[in-house]
Amino acid sequence: MEAAVMRIPDTICGRLSEGELASNFADAHPPLTHAQAVIEAERCFYCYDAPCVQACPTEINIPKFIKAIATNNMQGSARTILESNILGGACARVCPTEILCEQKCVHTLREAGQAIRIGALQRHATDWQMEHGGQPFTRAAATGKRIAVVGAGPAGLACAHRLAMHGHDIDLLDSHTLPGGLNEYGVAAYKLADDFAQKEVDFLMAIGGITFKGQRSLGRDFTVAQLRKDYDAVFLAVGLAGVRAMGVEDEQIEGVIDAVSFIETLRSQDKRNVAVGRKVVVIGGGNTAVDAAVQARRLGAEDVFLVYRRGHEQMSATSVEREWAQTNGVTVKLWASPVRIVSENGVLQGVEFARGTMGADGKTLYDPEDSFIIEADMVLKAVGQTFLPAPIEGETIAVSGGRILVDENYHTTMQGVFAGGDCTAGEDLTVAAVRDGRDAAEAIHRMLSQPSAR
Amino acid sequence: MADLRTIFAGIKSPNPFWLASAPPTDKAYNVRRAFDAGWGGVVWKTLGEDPPVVNVSSRYGALNYNGNRLMGLNNIELISDRPLAVNLAEIKQVKRDYPDRAVIVSLMVPCVEESWKAILPLVEETGADGIELNFGCPHGMSERNMGAAVGQVPEYVEMVTRWCKQYTRMPVIVKLTPNITNIIMPALAAKRGGADAVSLINTVQSVIGVDLDLMAPMPVVGGKGTHGGYCGPAVKPIALRMIGDIARHPDLAGLPISGMGGIGSWRDAAEFLAMGASSLQVCTAAMHYGFRIVDDMIDGLSGWMDQKNYADIPSLSGQAIPRFVNWGELNLKFKTIADIDQDACIGCGLCHIACEDTSHQAISKSYINGKNVYEVIDEECVGCNLCAHVCPIDDCITMQPQPVEGELTWPEHPNNPNRVAA
Repeated sequence: MEAAVMRIPDTICGRLSEGELASNFADAHPPLTHAQAVIEAERCFYCYDAPCVQACPTEINIPKFIKAIATNNMQGSARTILESNILGGACARVCPTEILCEQKCVHTLREAGQAIRIGALQRHATDWQMEHGGQPFTRAAATGKRIAVVGAGPAGLACAHRLAMHGHDIDLLDSHTLPGGLNEYGVAAYKLADDFAQKEVDFLMAIGGITFKGQRSLGRDFTVAQLRKDYDAVFLAVGLAGVRAMGVEDEQIEGVIDAVSFIETLRSQDKRNVAVGRKVVVIGGGNTAVDAAVQARRLGAEDVFLVYRRGHEQMSATSVEREWAQTNGVTVKLWASPVRIVSENGVLQGVEFARGTMGADGKTLYDPEDSFIIEADMVLKAVGQTFLPAPIEGETIAVSGGRILVDENYHTTMQGVFAGGDCTAGEDLTVAAVRDGRDAAEAIHRMLSQPSAR
Repeated sequence: MADLRTIFAGIKSPNPFWLASAPPTDKAYNVRRAFDAGWGGVVWKTLGEDPPVVNVSSRYGALNYNGNRLMGLNNIELISDRPLAVNLAEIKQVKRDYPDRAVIVSLMVPCVEESWKAILPLVEETGADGIELNFGCPHGMSERNMGAAVGQVPEYVEMVTRWCKQYTRMPVIVKLTPNITNIIMPALAAKRGGADAVSLINTVQSVIGVDLDLMAPMPVVGGKGTHGGYCGPAVKPIALRMIGDIARHPDLAGLPISGMGGIGSWRDAAEFLAMGASSLQVCTAAMHYGFRIVDDMIDGLSGWMDQKNYADIPSLSGQAIPRFVNWGELNLKFKTIADIDQDACIGCGLCHIACEDTSHQAISKSYINGKNVYEVIDEECVGCNLCAHVCPIDDCITMQPQPVEGELTWPEHPNNPNRVAA
């Protein structure tokens, strides 16, 4: 089944006016007013050994910080959050709370959907701190130890901050121009609106002792071995630099783009200069797929399909994310696997998908005879990201299951080199990366505090 | 339908719900609105001698609790600040226009026979159904030797009551102050003086809070604060106890009690009646929500009385009094044990931490299948009920009375060095 007439891809910049773009990329979930926050905080039962805390990778003392909002102890509230999670502001905005703290809120057992709005309250407290209180932590006496943190995303930032608190000096190296990692370049713009990622980095760095060195790429500009020589310890938080291929014909043709780079472009440029197709097909079932699809719509794409090869239950995007895509006018199609990119004379026309079902053995079955084509001016691939081991090849750092292998102290197999965040195994969540960075920093600090440290 | 008609010390009203002497009953305008809303009676805000008192600006302070407003209200307003003649004329007209409603006039004049002798005929002339002697106001007026300053001295209570009985044929209700150690003393004094009834409680002396910026008690009047009179839901337990004490006292038997102090719902009303009141007065709840609240009070009380087969107010009044006893009459062999409904439990842990930190370590915590599970250790449970009270889920924790064999009270208990021989 070929398109009758060849399509000329309609992918242009500036589909929407500046005002429409500003509104589309403004804060998706505006903050609570203080009065709203107090009412919400007063609903909290102040559980003991609270299930919400158990569900938080950074184990923020949630009842304590909420109680403090109710009593108008905003400084204490923010401090409670930030001492567990220095990126509490970003996590309040990007965490899938519906599968973390809020899912476990005991209010949901009383009545479904009535969880305390923990994320919104956390934002309220951390916003207060950034607006009124500044950096709440101070540094311990200088130790004279220097640590290289590679990657200025959530894991690297959290690690750097905690190390700085302990009195160490940190060089924070990153291949990008700006620090922030996925918060700056990866997350949907409306989740971290108003340049929040940079504001949070500034807030975090205000502790002192952290020097950001951008446009320094591991493997290109330096090696781990060099760092190990120049610094007392190294923390690798390089994330996932690779993207999976779909493995279909014509995947390289113009108009077929990695969703990750589409979002990065969108995050680093004026929205008026970001091209988007009239018809966009996003392939994948994770948060990156949702972020790409919704942002494509908000840039002015008319028809956006999000196509995933399996069902709702298997999607890694949460039901809240899926519904967000749907309310933004994204059509979600399930049980369809890409077979080929449809092109004519090397020009993108669309994507052909095979329909699939769940087989009796639990494996998915696709029928190549039962396929359909979705027309597209632009195809965004969001079928997964991978760790690229090339920059650490030649070191004694073991990789297992495609990620850097670490022990319970985040120590790699190379002495004095630690790692955390997405480049190591575990949930690929901002909040998990923050925990990794924080706990790795504590491990590094313990190591450096030993008499024979180095 | 239960008969809510009330005859209290000879005063008739279509239901037991009266508005207490307070700001809501200061003028004809308010009182008419109250009667139109369905209130059975009013106690007109306290009249005094001319020239009228002067009230301050900023008069109330509030106690809010966890998002709920006005758990308690504190007030520093004095008695009516309008000329006596204005009040009397309005009372007369209102009573004429609403003949089926109870109109009682609250009075406070100096503790001098001549003052009482002078004002009583003026009130009687209005056609009011009775008078209430304000011996309770704990702020301002008490500094002028009136209000609670009288109520705290039983001899004065008796003396003034006697003057009133001497100079008027109207029923005399003596309003008692709770700012006293033993409520029985002024109640007995009122009875000796010839009172037809008592009403209680008046407000409790209080400082509602401190303005931490101005460093002054609230409400702040020009930079300073004073103590006020405390009322609202928070004072209900104090009122119930004092009313019950009077209702069960053998020497006060038969003295009608108009109960007040925190009544905000029909259930509160039923409790006051059960503890011996036979008419009810309400203020804070009306100040919070307006006069319309009387609808549900009437409706709810009537419905509940039908369910429980109480035909009228007298058949309900004092029903709990035979079972309101001194501690020494409680059966020490009675035992009740907490039971947690695991299907209803939401895992908040409040029962556990309350018991673990502050009671008897009788609720265990374990982590099973990814959730916290709380269970009662029967042998450790003393049946204190704390867990059931802190549990946010209704009927999740219930107290299960255990089989009791016989009765043993403290007077006979072996541990009692002064026990009476069996």
